[in-house]
Amino acid sequence: MTRSYRRVSMLFGRFCSIVLVTFGFAQAALAQALDMREGVTEVSQRVQSLHHLSLGVCIVVGIVVFGAMFYTMYSHRRSRHPTPAKFHESTPVEIIWTIIPTLILVGMAIPATITLIDIEDNSDPDLTVLVTASQWKWHYQYVEADIGFFSNLSTPQDAINNLVDKDENYILEVDNPLVIPTNQKVRFLMTSGDVIHSWWVPDFAVKQDAIPGFINEAWTRVDVPGIYRGQCTELCGMNHAYMPVVVEVLPEEEFLTWIEDQRVAAALAGEQAIADRSRTWTMEELMPIGEEVYIAQCATCHLPDGVGQGIRYPALAGSEIVNGPVEAHIERVLNGVVDTEMQAWAPQLSDRDIAAVITYERNSFGNDTGDIVQPLAVFESR
Amino acid sequence: MIAHADTIPKQRHPLIAFILRWLLTTNHKEIGTLYLCLAFLLFFIGGAMAMVVRLELFQPGLQFTQPDFYNQMVTLHGLIMVFGAVMPAFVGLANWLVPLMIGAPDMALPRLNNFSFWILPFAFILLLSSMFMEGGAPNFGWTFYAPLSTTYGPPSTDYFILGVHLMGVSSVLGAINVMVTILNMRAPGMTLFRMPLFVWTWLITAFLLIMAMPVLAGAVTMMLTDRHFGTSFFEAAGGGDPVLFQHVFWFFGHPEVYIMILPGFGIASQIIPTFARKKLFGYHSMVYATVAIALLSFIVWGHHMFTSGMPLAAELFFMYATMLIAVPTGVKVFNWVATLWRGSITFETPMLFALGFVIMFTIGGFSGLMLALVPADFQYHDTFFVVAHFHYVLYPGAIFGTMAAVYYWLPKWSGRMYDERLGKIHFWTATIAVNLTFFPMHFSGLAGMPRRVVDYSIAFADFNIVSSIGAGLLGLTQILFLYIIVKALTSGEKVTDAQVWEGAEGLEWTLPSPAPLHSFHTPPEIEPDEAHAATDKA
Amino acid sequence: MSKRSNSPGRQFALLSLLAVGMFGFAFALVPLYEIFCEITGLNGRTSGEAASVAQIAEISDREVTIQFTAQVFRGMPWEFRPTENQMRVRVGEVNTTEYYARNRASGMVTGQAVPSVSPGHAAQYLHKVECFCFTQQHLEGDAEIDMPVQFYVDPDLPEDIGTLSLSYTMYRVPDAEVVVPEAAASMPADHEGHYQP
Repeated sequence: MTRSYRRVSMLFGRFCSIVLVTFGFAQAALAQALDMREGVTEVSQRVQSLHHLSLGVCIVVGIVVFGAMFYTMYSHRRSRHPTPAKFHESTPVEIIWTIIPTLILVGMAIPATITLIDIEDNSDPDLTVLVTASQWKWHYQYVEADIGFFSNLSTPQDAINNLVDKDENYILEVDNPLVIPTNQKVRFLMTSGDVIHSWWVPDFAVKQDAIPGFINEAWTRVDVPGIYRGQCTELCGMNHAYMPVVVEVLPEEEFLTWIEDQRVAAALAGEQAIADRSRTWTMEELMPIGEEVYIAQCATCHLPDGVGQGIRYPALAGSEIVNGPVEAHIERVLNGVVDTEMQAWAPQLSDRDIAAVITYERNSFGNDTGDIVQPLAVFESR
Repeated sequence: MIAHADTIPKQRHPLIAFILRWLLTTNHKEIGTLYLCLAFLLFFIGGAMAMVVRLELFQPGLQFTQPDFYNQMVTLHGLIMVFGAVMPAFVGLANWLVPLMIGAPDMALPRLNNFSFWILPFAFILLLSSMFMEGGAPNFGWTFYAPLSTTYGPPSTDYFILGVHLMGVSSVLGAINVMVTILNMRAPGMTLFRMPLFVWTWLITAFLLIMAMPVLAGAVTMMLTDRHFGTSFFEAAGGGDPVLFQHVFWFFGHPEVYIMILPGFGIASQIIPTFARKKLFGYHSMVYATVAIALLSFIVWGHHMFTSGMPLAAELFFMYATMLIAVPTGVKVFNWVATLWRGSITFETPMLFALGFVIMFTIGGFSGLMLALVPADFQYHDTFFVVAHFHYVLYPGAIFGTMAAVYYWLPKWSGRMYDERLGKIHFWTATIAVNLTFFPMHFSGLAGMPRRVVDYSIAFADFNIVSSIGAGLLGLTQILFLYIIVKALTSGEKVTDAQVWEGAEGLEWTLPSPAPLHSFHTPPEIEPDEAHAATDKA
Repeated sequence: MSKRSNSPGRQFALLSLLAVGMFGFAFALVPLYEIFCEITGLNGRTSGEAASVAQIAEISDREVTIQFTAQVFRGMPWEFRPTENQMRVRVGEVNTTEYYARNRASGMVTGQAVPSVSPGHAAQYLHKVECFCFTQQHLEGDAEIDMPVQFYVDPDLPEDIGTLSLSYTMYRVPDAEVVVPEAAASMPADHEGHYQP
């Protein structure tokens, strides 16, 4: 019974889509631009059908109600209809227009309920990814495979400031996308390390809040390989707009290769870190790396020239920490500041990058300490 | 019921006398005027902030603002429009109209009335002063979700909290006053079911205010103690829960939505019969529908939080309850259409605004129904689709409603007529601008643009250009409105007839125009009405 | 009712009382919500108290997967992670796993772990016999520790749940709220905690 109903409602949804596309707008392409995204999962397609169903109902009801209104406004205007009628009450009519909408609502609630029950079925995943949000980046941890990485916006600051042209993935591109396999049920556990964020990929119809101290669940199963983009959808502070979600869906075999590659890369990074801290770096080596890291990670708050933005994002130029003892500066960068947007960078950046950015900060913006911070010093402070 | 304005010695300096008169007035008409002027001023301030927002969103990239300042503008725009423009405007209308409509000489508690108004300017000075503080104004959205507003809020958050407390006290006192007035001050013969619908909607609004505003006060108090006194209501570390904040907030927030719309329903229900020259269709079902909407508004708050990780059962409950609201709302719309049906309709400016209200509010209602479907809400939630939805409900509902009321009753208040031609131009430009601004937002939302973003993907650029152009036009229409009002008050055609609109019914139209400062000292006689006789007996 | 009892003054008092009552109701929502969460498992809250092993009826043959995850909250200078990512456990059987923590800061830092279970309605079926989240954890500068969690899955666990996730978020406890451990009571106060923005 529910199955056949579901089929009927899906069909009506499809029918509405066809009507919308054919009659509503001149061009199918235009209709698509105005439509909810179809997406690439069964759920997203069912959600789109539901959208079409409810939109179709609204359009039909709208045509009836507004049609009646415009008809009466035209034909019962005073110049055509000088004597108003006297009626002003009718209980049968009131009952009719209470019951009919109720029935229409029930007709919409049934497919919505069936779809919702399926969406909320998080059981038996093939793969679990822990998504941890923080201002303003995502961290993905593959629970079974035990690999994890941060995913940062990769659009250059110059594009945001209109100094260079914006390409089609403007502010929807990241350094490390989440990678998942096709045809597998991927379960997402969402949480946050600071404020509430919300992880959204429109093409999967997955949107779930990431709440500090709690975990939420969502899942998807994608059949079509590709790159899918979304954004954070809960206001999470200054750079809420600059917190994209990018998911790369790979065929299963390629995904396994990718996992292997990640393991190898992690091992190589470990070796590189040992090599980095076993030698002494020069100012000339560290400064360009530091500048790069600073622009990518620090400049959104402290600004590219280190002048900061008021008390919440203090200036680094002339700062007591930056010009004070090196150890305190390293600890500040490694561990962050409680109850502020200054986060702990220890899990996010390598010893070399932290050493470089501290060296850069201590020798830029008018700061002139002459200190060269070695990766080894950072390693020892960790 | 002695108006203090009369007792002030006349020999003072005229300016001081003028200030004292308005500062100490307990006259419901003068206080109504004060509320309306304050609301209009704050409407311009909130509107200017919307202009900043739309200017920044005209194109992708950062052009005019920095992200933090943008967030402050978004937050203050919401707070000021909700608490500063819409609510005081409705309280102002209630002050002016409720006593006139029920045949009362004044509000029941005139001194309290004065007090609840004069709290407001201080509340908004506190709120607006936060813009000039170090760390900037509140930047966490008008919904101020914890922990963004508690742990990470700027120092000015405390001024915001105090401001909200003051607004809350003002609204609750105002609401109590309206309620006591309606329950006690009706002229003999003015039974509850003979009250004009505007009075009915305000009675129910007052009830919602008394029930909802204290919950908001509770929420901000918990925020304050979390920020400064070591409690952790909303922080998981101490056993609290950030989602609890959302529950408390929306327990207030959803009734608040109806607080901002019910008086608009009342206004439309006064104006449409006048210009259709036909009695309101289904008076009783209109009242019952309003009561039903008000009661349902307390059990649907969860529909704002579908993505926060609710259990399935709760999602289903809130979905069904929310869909149910469409029924009484639909009844109201159908009744308005039936009122028009076979009337003898003319289209003066107030009528145009009222009809615009009905049509565009219904469009907002449609998107509201779509948002109620939880699976679809996962796609709509926190996108520009939602922004389109609530602006379609609130702009035509609250703003068009208020403007319709001002055009309709201005001749009665001031004794002067507005310029009908300019009024019509105002309506048509405003209608075009509203649709130009808010309709494309549906599409940018469906395409995937989150709300409250300072910057967006180039895929949404076309929609945003249209929205921003519409918003600019909408801003200009407000200046036209101001001009129309000023022109009417200074050089408008004098109205001498008590019955300004031939089809209008109600006690306010029995008073001379302009309405004298003191009216109905002797209760008016209410004619026995045959249509009502049956109900009155019941 | 007499005319007097219906006076505006009385109504004002009653309505004000209603407003004050609603103010109180906002606070009453806090315990109400907690009870609601406990009943429905909303947000995956688990009991903050130790379960007794004696409550177990019997060990069944049914096996479920339990996953362990960890996060640190902003401002917490600890490294914090599970020592194993997942386990197959038999329902009703008492198992132990460990979480590793290391303090990166140079002074003592106190942490409080907050557990959350997913799916939410599974929370009431995961019983912790012993958990580091029951009390504050104190770590000296650069110190590390393995912290045990002893738990069992209730045999009443609904059949449709095959995988549970137990997640801990580690918060830094503000200096003012630190319950000083007896052994450390004589030690100087922690000077590392004075973070100024």
